[in-house]
Amino acid sequence: MTGLRSLVYPSEGSGTLMFSYEFDWGVLWRHPYGQWMLNGIWTTIHLSLLAWCIAVMLGLMVGVFRVLPNRGTRFIGGSYVELIRNTPYLVQLFVWYFVVPSILPQAGEKWLYDHVPELPYWTGVICLGVYTASRVGEQIRAGMLSIPPEQYQAAFSTGLTTYQTYRYVIIPYALRIIIPPFTTEFLTCFKNSALTMTIGVLETTGASYLIDSYTWHGLETTTAASVVYIVITLCVVLFMAWVERRVQIPGMISRRR
Amino acid sequence: MDWAVIPRNLNFLLGGLVLTFELAAFSLAGGFLLGMLMGFGRLSSRKWIYYPATLYVNFFRSLPLILVIFWFYFMVPFIIGRPLGDFLSAIVAFIAFEAAYFAEIFRAGIQSIPQGQVMAGYSTGLGYYATMRNIVLPQALRNMVPPIVTQCVIIFQDTSLAYVIGLKEFLRRTSLVDARELRSMELYLFAGFVYLVFCSIGTIASRRLEKRQVQIRR
Repeated sequence: MTGLRSLVYPSEGSGTLMFSYEFDWGVLWRHPYGQWMLNGIWTTIHLSLLAWCIAVMLGLMVGVFRVLPNRGTRFIGGSYVELIRNTPYLVQLFVWYFVVPSILPQAGEKWLYDHVPELPYWTGVICLGVYTASRVGEQIRAGMLSIPPEQYQAAFSTGLTTYQTYRYVIIPYALRIIIPPFTTEFLTCFKNSALTMTIGVLETTGASYLIDSYTWHGLETTTAASVVYIVITLCVVLFMAWVERRVQIPGMISRRR
Repeated sequence: MDWAVIPRNLNFLLGGLVLTFELAAFSLAGGFLLGMLMGFGRLSSRKWIYYPATLYVNFFRSLPLILVIFWFYFMVPFIIGRPLGDFLSAIVAFIAFEAAYFAEIFRAGIQSIPQGQVMAGYSTGLGYYATMRNIVLPQALRNMVPPIVTQCVIIFQDTSLAYVIGLKEFLRRTSLVDARELRSMELYLFAGFVYLVFCSIGTIASRRLEKRQVQIRR
């Protein structure tokens, strides 16, 4: 079956180029394509989860930097966000992949190419993490600013120490505020992981494109990839809605979308 | 470092930038109009309008843009029986995708108008269209301007994804020059800088507009 082109171009009849397309959904599970697809889905999942870990840690730092009463840190945090948000993610990916290794000293560059066989994958993780961190940072900043100052005053006036105020009042409150925007940001991170295919990572989209280049059945593979993204998105949304309900504080206004 | 590579290929690169702007303009116009329809659909009380519109918006919002571009690239020839070409197929994909985001901007904008305004419109004897046209939309559109400008910036950045189907827009041309000249560092930093300049203009404009609105509302 492989190598047989299903796009058949018959002679140009009556001015328009016609072709017939024969569906062959078998490309999705036939050996070895099924294995590629599954590997792709698995790669999408762990790539976006690893990137998300970087994004949350870095984003927390950026978010805190942006609300600290210090011009220097605010400037650093602000510049980071502006720089990342005003350049396309794809360009950042190319900069990380093509430019950053060549800035390193010779020995470092050599080590990178010799000892990191999955360089595109790790580049993708770092780039996606750094990119998502700018968005996460903004959400954390917005979340912190949305906590009414009365909460602090009330906590302090009941005699809680600073540590206790944060531990028992502010952080439990802030974490709940931040669940919906974090769900959105995680999904954005998850969707953006598809772009790592441009530097050769075989995640879901990359795998579907690869299978297409072997079988010429791009329509089936792309549809399958879409279904994968939709199903995972739905699962995440439903799971987070469940979490949100579970941890809801009675009386605190839950955000309805 | 050899920055001379940029002036040497400037004409070629600028041609790509023009194409990027064209892509962005068409996607913006088409996405805006389709998004407006979908936004109204999301607010409709008629179920047969509400559900398809909601399905459309959620469908496209749960897919990566790169996949949508591929999908239209493969799908359009299947539907109309002949290949559509890179440019048109990319534009169709962008319009379909961005419309979902514009729909949400419209919905949020219209929902930001207090219900009392609509009731006041009805009680003075205006119908649905007259209320929308004369009371809700003028206020809602003003609220929508900053997110729309932000969305313009996002669309401008998103056009770089047409790279994947080989459309010779700015980023594709940058990588083509790189393949010939082997000057990755200079070229990609330059590309990033160009995007940064244009997007910053948009971001600053959006922030200005937002500030002005806060003042108007006071």
